[in-house]
Amino acid sequence: MDAQAIIDSLSPLVPGAAFEAAPSVDFATVYVPAEQIVATCQALRDSLNFESLVEVTAADYLPRAPRYEVVYHLLSVSRRLRLRLKVRVAADGTVPTVQGVYPGAGWLEREVWDMFGIVFLNHNDLRRLLMPEDWEGHPQRKDYPVQIQKSAQTYAPLEVSEEQFRANIERDRVKRTH
Amino acid sequence: MAQADHNHGLDHELPILTSTVEKVVQWARQSAIWPAQFGLACCAIEMMAMAASRYDIARFGAEVFRGSPRQSDLMIVAGRLSRKMAPAMRRVYDQMPEPKWVISMGACASVGGVFDNYAIVQGVDQVVPVDVYVPGCPPRPESLIYGIVQLQQKIARSRM
Amino acid sequence: MSDIRTETMTVNMGPQHPSTHGVLRLVLELDGEVIQSVIPTIGYLHTGIEKTAEQKKWQQVIPLVERMDYLAAQSNSLAYALSVEKLLGLEMPQRVKDIRVLLAELQRIASHLIWIGTHGLEVGAVTMLFYAVRERELLLNINELIAGFRFFPSYIRIGGLREDLPRGFHAQVQEFLDRFPPKIDEFEGLLTKNDIYKRRTQGVGYVTKESAYAWGLVGPIARAGGSDYDVRKYFPYTGYETYDFKVPTATEGDVYARYTVRVAEMRESVKIAKQALDRISPTGLFACDDTRVVPPPKDKVYSEMEALIQHFLIYSQGFTVPAGDAYVPVEGPRGEHGCYIVSDGTNRPWRVKMRAPSFMAIQALPTVVQGGLIADVVSVIGSTDVVMGDCDR
Repeated sequence: MDAQAIIDSLSPLVPGAAFEAAPSVDFATVYVPAEQIVATCQALRDSLNFESLVEVTAADYLPRAPRYEVVYHLLSVSRRLRLRLKVRVAADGTVPTVQGVYPGAGWLEREVWDMFGIVFLNHNDLRRLLMPEDWEGHPQRKDYPVQIQKSAQTYAPLEVSEEQFRANIERDRVKRTH
Repeated sequence: MAQADHNHGLDHELPILTSTVEKVVQWARQSAIWPAQFGLACCAIEMMAMAASRYDIARFGAEVFRGSPRQSDLMIVAGRLSRKMAPAMRRVYDQMPEPKWVISMGACASVGGVFDNYAIVQGVDQVVPVDVYVPGCPPRPESLIYGIVQLQQKIARSRM
Repeated sequence: MSDIRTETMTVNMGPQHPSTHGVLRLVLELDGEVIQSVIPTIGYLHTGIEKTAEQKKWQQVIPLVERMDYLAAQSNSLAYALSVEKLLGLEMPQRVKDIRVLLAELQRIASHLIWIGTHGLEVGAVTMLFYAVRERELLLNINELIAGFRFFPSYIRIGGLREDLPRGFHAQVQEFLDRFPPKIDEFEGLLTKNDIYKRRTQGVGYVTKESAYAWGLVGPIARAGGSDYDVRKYFPYTGYETYDFKVPTATEGDVYARYTVRVAEMRESVKIAKQALDRISPTGLFACDDTRVVPPPKDKVYSEMEALIQHFLIYSQGFTVPAGDAYVPVEGPRGEHGCYIVSDGTNRPWRVKMRAPSFMAIQALPTVVQGGLIADVVSVIGSTDVVMGDCDR
């Protein structure tokens, strides 16, 4: 099925969306506006039998605007089809999360946030996944250096302060004597 | 009487060897090095192959890979150390009781290997003191056994 | 009994742990031994391979990509090479396709051997590790024969293979393929009807077909729940459509079903490898004939000017790939493996993203082990066959 056929079957299900077919060498590719991505995924899963979301990733096209493109790969096992959806995102733009439609998107979107800094709206847990929690910067952006001069951190910062630690011990000691 | 003088006052029927305390203790330490399991990446699979039946390190005394660092003497850092893992590794090293040794296995652990980038610590010796470096990507099990034998010789000639 | 104070206990299965298949951290909330919740933390092996690959030329990325999923190295490089060849529009000769199929199936057997060894070790059958590694040593000998290196041969390249097959390849592979099926029977004799193994794995860690699809798990995990999705049958690549093999499935979806599926896959791989070996001639073509990508033979480099220029250009500045993006998935031992490549028309990749099946498996782990016991966590992680190098890249 090529991109135009998919757009024709999607347009009645997602009214008002400006889909665009894109050229590709392997399988159908469709550009979707960011606001309609959730409705599109819902329609694809429920009516067009795309049961599985295989990948969510992004690419940074730095000198070009809009800067990022978030890419979704979908798979339909029953119809033997693959589909690629692309969403153009500006430098500080946001994209709604498709976690409600495909639960597998949760960590994939977290990784895109960690590596690129693209915020996913209504995500239930958007924090660092692959980098340490207190890391600054988004490594996979084109303006982030590949090699950095930084010495290794050999201690993990305490998660409670000293007063809290002593207060916890006192509280446990009091509880246990009952 | 002449025989007794010849044997330094010892009865030659008794099976006794003499040596220094230091030599005996170091011999015991080198012959039974127990590694802690610290396999991180691909080198860990070669470490497992070394512990298996073809390149058997049980014949060198190092067969018991302890799960807990508190019961081991050797930490073989097998694999690439990422920045997130460095504090955890230091904590595992601090939990090991003295005397303890570290073998840095593979190119990634020794100098950062193929991965010269933001995510990998360029050399495990920024975090723990290393005794033997074993190069390779991953080093053959025979290389690692050679590294352990070098460590055994280092223990033999060091002070207690 | 109402005045007994109860609370949940939080236990950390830290990054350094014998049973977590690498550096994975799990924070378990326990009510006695029953698991209330699991929070996995990954990233302890993040290597930044994707960013480093943007600095290298196209052919130089192959060793980097092989080190991602280090147990299925040639399946990684096959996925990358297929995607780039799709963008370049290259068509491989039949002999190259057959050799790639043979290597992919031998790699699948090697990866499943480590899986069965470590899974058995963690569940308690320690002998499995020694038996499995003993067979794997023969496969590593074959790798060493073709490329001189046990683990990461870098033999599958863009444009074909690195060089022709060496003398003695057919004999050694044939010997392995004749020796191996009785060994699978030996492994099954240790585990399949073993009462302790069955009690630890049956009824544990259910993953149904629908939830596997929803979580993006398409591989042996989905096939153990009743799906028959296999990339080799649905979207064939490198000539798999010409081979005769079945895709093993099971219906229960628990750990034992995943075990039976993978053991059956090992048998099917032996079948495919035998068919491939019969088709491969001992010498012949080992690359396609596109002169921009494939270096010319050395004797021509020393005698012909054109070949010298071609050799120089390939090794100094590399070849350029037309702009665009491509994703060609491959059936790796863990599931669907693919490399999403974006090119901007130069001699370096713009973006390389490897789809990691272990990543999706760990994401789904909290829902799979909920309500089970601590010991089940170890069985389930072993059965999903996660490799942290693949997960963290």
